[in-house]
Amino acid sequence: MSTCNDPKRWVAGHVASLPRSGIRDFFELVAKMKGQDVISLGVGEPDFVTPWHIRESAIFALERGKTYYTSNLGMIELRRAIATYVEEHFSVSYRPDDQIIVTVGVSEALDLALRAFCNPGDKVMFHQPCYVSYSPSVTLVHGQAIAVPTYAKDNFALTAEALRAAWQPGAKILMLNLPCNPTGGTCDRTQLEQIAAFCREKDLLVMSDEIYSELTFEGTHTSIASLPGMAERTIFLHGFSKAFAMTGWRIGYACGPAALIDSMMKVHQYTMLCASIIAQEAALEALKHGWDSVLKMREQYHRRRDLIVRRFNEIGLTCHSPRGSFYAFPSVTSTGLTEKEFATGLLTTQKVAVVPGSAFGENGIGHVRACFATAYDQIIEACDRAERFVQSIKK
Amino acid sequence: MNPVLKLLIEGISLTTGQMATVAGLTEAEVNQHLEQLKKDQIFLGWRPVLDLSHEAAAASAVRAVIEVKVTPERGGGFNRFAERIARFDEVESCYLMSGGYDLLVFVKGQSLQKVASFVSEKLSTIEGVQGTSTHFMLRCYKEQGFLLDGGEAQSSRLNVAP
Repeated sequence: MSTCNDPKRWVAGHVASLPRSGIRDFFELVAKMKGQDVISLGVGEPDFVTPWHIRESAIFALERGKTYYTSNLGMIELRRAIATYVEEHFSVSYRPDDQIIVTVGVSEALDLALRAFCNPGDKVMFHQPCYVSYSPSVTLVHGQAIAVPTYAKDNFALTAEALRAAWQPGAKILMLNLPCNPTGGTCDRTQLEQIAAFCREKDLLVMSDEIYSELTFEGTHTSIASLPGMAERTIFLHGFSKAFAMTGWRIGYACGPAALIDSMMKVHQYTMLCASIIAQEAALEALKHGWDSVLKMREQYHRRRDLIVRRFNEIGLTCHSPRGSFYAFPSVTSTGLTEKEFATGLLTTQKVAVVPGSAFGENGIGHVRACFATAYDQIIEACDRAERFVQSIKK
Repeated sequence: MNPVLKLLIEGISLTTGQMATVAGLTEAEVNQHLEQLKKDQIFLGWRPVLDLSHEAAAASAVRAVIEVKVTPERGGGFNRFAERIARFDEVESCYLMSGGYDLLVFVKGQSLQKVASFVSEKLSTIEGVQGTSTHFMLRCYKEQGFLLDGGEAQSSRLNVAP
């Protein structure tokens, strides 16, 4: 007897219905070119290694025998440090005792929040193009995903007008990711105030994923949770992956009203139990002594952004200047190719990997995502190759 | 800050053409900046950072750190000593220090004997030098910001990730 002959018999319908990730398709295409001189602008993580003092603190924790479970909410010392950090950098106050939960990356925090707050059939809004997991995460909790388009003409900022146009009766949650992966788009304070007013009007709960907030290059990042009347209806989601170059540690956190954090904790305690104590120790060190490293990395990303945006525009790939994150999101429509044709052609002929924008939702059609978290010489060479590719199409 | 100086301080290996692309300048402008930095005696020259431990011919060179205690001169302080010592070919670097000694001198020679004779015949015989303490370097682990064990493992990163 084999159960694998008929997977439909066993795989849950809503999981079977999930579309295959566009990133996954492209990953496999790139994997086939292993050993060739491929320059990848397709990654979604910093090229910096976690600063040594953070890694060393984790080693020290192991040496001291810190190998056990922590509180479901996370180590109290870390939650205190998170409260201080969030108050200093985002102007929102949370109590370490009951308004903060440490999670296995922001991804887990997002999943906990959706599982805790979304009933089957509830409508969840999010701006698109967006991080690849948003729509599937809603599907996994039997919610109904509503994409709100953002546009290059607005530098991919979410506008209250677009939100109002996409809103449907029964909408319960708004997911934000500002600055945004893959567009680098973000909202200024005025735009956020308009969005906040809309959320209050429509009684929406906001799940605000601000993982790229430290990598804001112009102006000051504003958290929607800091706006009047918003902390009580916002789950602030953050982590260490991007700003502190700690992707592989899988450590993040969520802050919000105590009753809501408690409901997330219920899910967390029965599924994950707690985040790794080693990662929590490293995160504590990052918050205590890591800010100088963040500033250094941000300065590097800033200059790389200026370089890649300038080069893309010189090549003829119209590219807005992302205010945050480490992604450029140029349009490839001038080449006459679709984003998939462009990405595949650039990879196979010039050995440069970028990700087709459609992997981030239908509003990413006509664009590609290029990560500039890579060395200068690699960015320069990748842009030179892209230029050759674009010129070869014109001939 | 001068944009070319900023790139030089960061120590990233770039050609002048690449510097121009990164800084948004022409290559001619980068060269002008470099010339100006030379005139201002800020940019003294290029020197690669090398790990010669696997290069048999070069690996036999001996390096030492020498603590030098001197009697400062009226009017000249430590400068005359430091400038005099720094001019020897064997001296790679020379610093005025606070603490238990006055000058810290980094020396390189072809053999232990040659370094020893430099110390005994040249350095310690300078009038005003009260004493020296020589420490031979056994192994280098980090050189000017570069780890000598191959650095960080980067190769296993995914090429495409969300």
